[in-house]
Amino acid sequence: MVGIKSYGAYVPLHRMPRSVFGTIWGGAPMPGEKAVANIDEDSLTMAVEAGLDCLTGIDPKSVDMLIFATTTAPFKERLGASIIAEALDLRQDTRTIDVTNTLRVGTTAVGLAIDAINAGSANNVLVTVGDTRMGAPSGDFERAWGDGAAALLLSKDGVVASIDGDYHITDSFAGVWRSEIDTFTRCWEDRMVLDEGYSRLLPIAMKGLMSKYNIKPDDITKAVWDTAHDVRRHGAMARLVGMDPAKVQDPLFVNIGATGAPQALMMLVAALEEANPGDKILLASYGNGADAYLIQVTDGVKKIGTRRGIKNNLASRRELSNMGTYLRWKNLVTLEAARRPERDPTSHSAVWRDTKVILGLYGAKCKKCGTPQFIQGGGMGGMTPIRVCVICQAKDEFEPYRFVGIPAKVASFTHDNLADSPDPPSTVAVIDWEGGGRGVFDMTDRVPEDCKVGMPVEMTFRKIYFDRARGVQNYFWKVRPPRA
Amino acid sequence: MAESIKDKVAIIGMGCTKFGEIWDKSGDDLIVDAAYEAFEDAGIDPSDIQAGWVGTTGTGGTGQVLSVPLKMQYKPVTRVENACATASDALRNACYAVAAGVYDIVLALGIEKLKDTGFSGLGMGGGPGTGVAPTTTAPGMFAMLATGYFARYGLSPEEGKKMIGTVSVKSHWNGARCPKAHFQREVSLEQVLKAPIIAWPLGLFDCCGVSDGSSAAVVVPASMAKNFRADPVYIKALQICVGPSEGQKRQDYDYCHVEETWQAGLAAYAEAGIKNPRKEISMAEVHDCFSITEAVTMEDLQFSPRGKVYEDIIGSNAGFFTLQRALEGGDALPVQPDGGLKCFGHPIGASGLRMTYEIYKQVQGKAQLPERQMKNPKMGLIHNLGGQPPGCTIAVNIFGL
Repeated sequence: MVGIKSYGAYVPLHRMPRSVFGTIWGGAPMPGEKAVANIDEDSLTMAVEAGLDCLTGIDPKSVDMLIFATTTAPFKERLGASIIAEALDLRQDTRTIDVTNTLRVGTTAVGLAIDAINAGSANNVLVTVGDTRMGAPSGDFERAWGDGAAALLLSKDGVVASIDGDYHITDSFAGVWRSEIDTFTRCWEDRMVLDEGYSRLLPIAMKGLMSKYNIKPDDITKAVWDTAHDVRRHGAMARLVGMDPAKVQDPLFVNIGATGAPQALMMLVAALEEANPGDKILLASYGNGADAYLIQVTDGVKKIGTRRGIKNNLASRRELSNMGTYLRWKNLVTLEAARRPERDPTSHSAVWRDTKVILGLYGAKCKKCGTPQFIQGGGMGGMTPIRVCVICQAKDEFEPYRFVGIPAKVASFTHDNLADSPDPPSTVAVIDWEGGGRGVFDMTDRVPEDCKVGMPVEMTFRKIYFDRARGVQNYFWKVRPPRA
Repeated sequence: MAESIKDKVAIIGMGCTKFGEIWDKSGDDLIVDAAYEAFEDAGIDPSDIQAGWVGTTGTGGTGQVLSVPLKMQYKPVTRVENACATASDALRNACYAVAAGVYDIVLALGIEKLKDTGFSGLGMGGGPGTGVAPTTTAPGMFAMLATGYFARYGLSPEEGKKMIGTVSVKSHWNGARCPKAHFQREVSLEQVLKAPIIAWPLGLFDCCGVSDGSSAAVVVPASMAKNFRADPVYIKALQICVGPSEGQKRQDYDYCHVEETWQAGLAAYAEAGIKNPRKEISMAEVHDCFSITEAVTMEDLQFSPRGKVYEDIIGSNAGFFTLQRALEGGDALPVQPDGGLKCFGHPIGASGLRMTYEIYKQVQGKAQLPERQMKNPKMGLIHNLGGQPPGCTIAVNIFGL
């Protein structure tokens, strides 16, 4: 039986109290806080983070297929999963797929993964799902929605939970949508959307699942269904499907917000963190129809070891209460351009040539003197792999050496106010990796006043710069103070 | 063993424009001004020049940068680029050609017109790339030298900023007395410390200005020098050191010194036969692009013991690098007697020869304004730092009577 071999999640460090929106815009108060992706994060970078979490202790080369699920893909015509695969250090012959365009795309991806495994075309399928959905400023959506990601590794072997059944319905009803030209999600009249959409279709799927496998709500230990854009409907769902409200998984609304595509799987990760062997979990997700799954927790759930998951990610938080910063990060205001030279054009050939370095954070280890080293660091910020050893000058005698996951410490740093940074000051740090190797990186998710020589840092995958003239978004690694 | 350049070549004429935001002059204008001052100083006709070396990092390409404004009549001209050491390297190449006996009278000229960009600071541009390098500027990269130095030697940010701030106060005192400087005002330590942060921990007054300027030298064989003037200034050492930028890759680099400066200093002292730089060098114009750069350069050039520059700046021997103490007859090694990059700004391709101009005039006893003339200086050193620690191009040139 196919099941979940590992799980992971990502919640951005920054949390905005919803009261900030009330103070700025007025309107009805909404409790709690929402997770806000930093200016250098998007659905893809968060999917990488969740993927790394999921692959903790697992050989990335064992993954046969990677699915990236999102409704906020950074590209219209470019495979996000191919970038994630490089960042996660997957095999070249990994199958990579992006799936998109509905809020239940995370659970849809799980279904595709199960089918691929059952068909014998893959043994281990990694599903990553992330979203950074935008509610228009001043509206309820803006304050209700948060950013996040989840990842599941599906397999037949060594599962922490088996997926014993599934049921799916389709429905063209679109209560919320974004067209080709929309930045923000649109919505039809609230009650109609919820009555005829979420509150009608999701029960059909869940009842269909239970009927198909002859299961009653009482047989379920934990019920995981995602939330509509109005979280009150999440709680009301229990009555509609006859579920004991005590069994309903917390929708993470108060401390993360409605995240869209990753919502159901983030909630599932949170459920698995607390699950016991033998538990039965009902998983359901809504969006132009609905997906429902029956999950049986195994003994493995207690052996998987620590993940950042939801619990640790939630505990690792920093309050963001500055609306100006929020507007900047979400690109909602036009800011005065820095009076600095225009940035150099991004060259596809230069990026392609050094893909292993840029996306995989591969350096090299000298076979003669054994020293790990990062890049040549020649002119113009070149990311060219080292050819002549910096220590012993041996030429072309290196083996690949990946720096992701290796702890590091700051050797020196600055906060640069002059630099044309999207989020000044630009904090740049020289870092020394444990076991050898030094590099210079942007530092993100930091409090400038807390930066010190010797402070520990870890690598994090981020979007770097959008070259507007050429339509090129590039990605690279930064450092950050370690998340819990 | 290769020979030393010492006393083989002499400078017989120099020119230097006023440095600053020279909105009403083009690069070509500045070249004409600097070159003709040098011709006049040397007492030669422009047509006497047999070859030229022009240093610029971005104000035009090819030797035509020089030949076009000067209307040189079909003479050989080479364009030299070596970052902030550009002008010093142009002079070095000119001197080598003269020492080789190929030419008798040559011109080395540095030029940079920076203030047509519309922004403050230097551009970092370099053409198409990956676009993923860390977002920083020259102040940011040099700030890491300050962060590293403060951490290693246990200076609190306040103590460290006071130390490097005093470097800037000293340079402004000198620049306030130099008619060709861009900034000619004294500043107080309080002003320096309260200035806005450009790149932590460097504030506004820890950073040199950005300006336009040109400077030039006429070079002849030492044997001919006295035919032109009674007080030619002789080349004692010309050294360039270009590093492999190891310090961003290997963990043993300390972000407290610039290895290339150390190496270039050793080579220059050996070439000039200098045993005790702190005693034998009368004055130095070093590359104070940032106050911290000057501070660590004092150690790298062996003017101060390693880790002890604090003492010579604000500690037990405070004021050792001031022109003021030298003018009062005290034991001092004035650094930036003209105000340095701090007050002249840094038109990249021109700075090395601007520094040389100050040494040349001081050694001749002809400093502009007699009140800033040092008493009988014998030997002056100039130092340029191109690039950013830890990947630098360094020039150390030494001149004397």
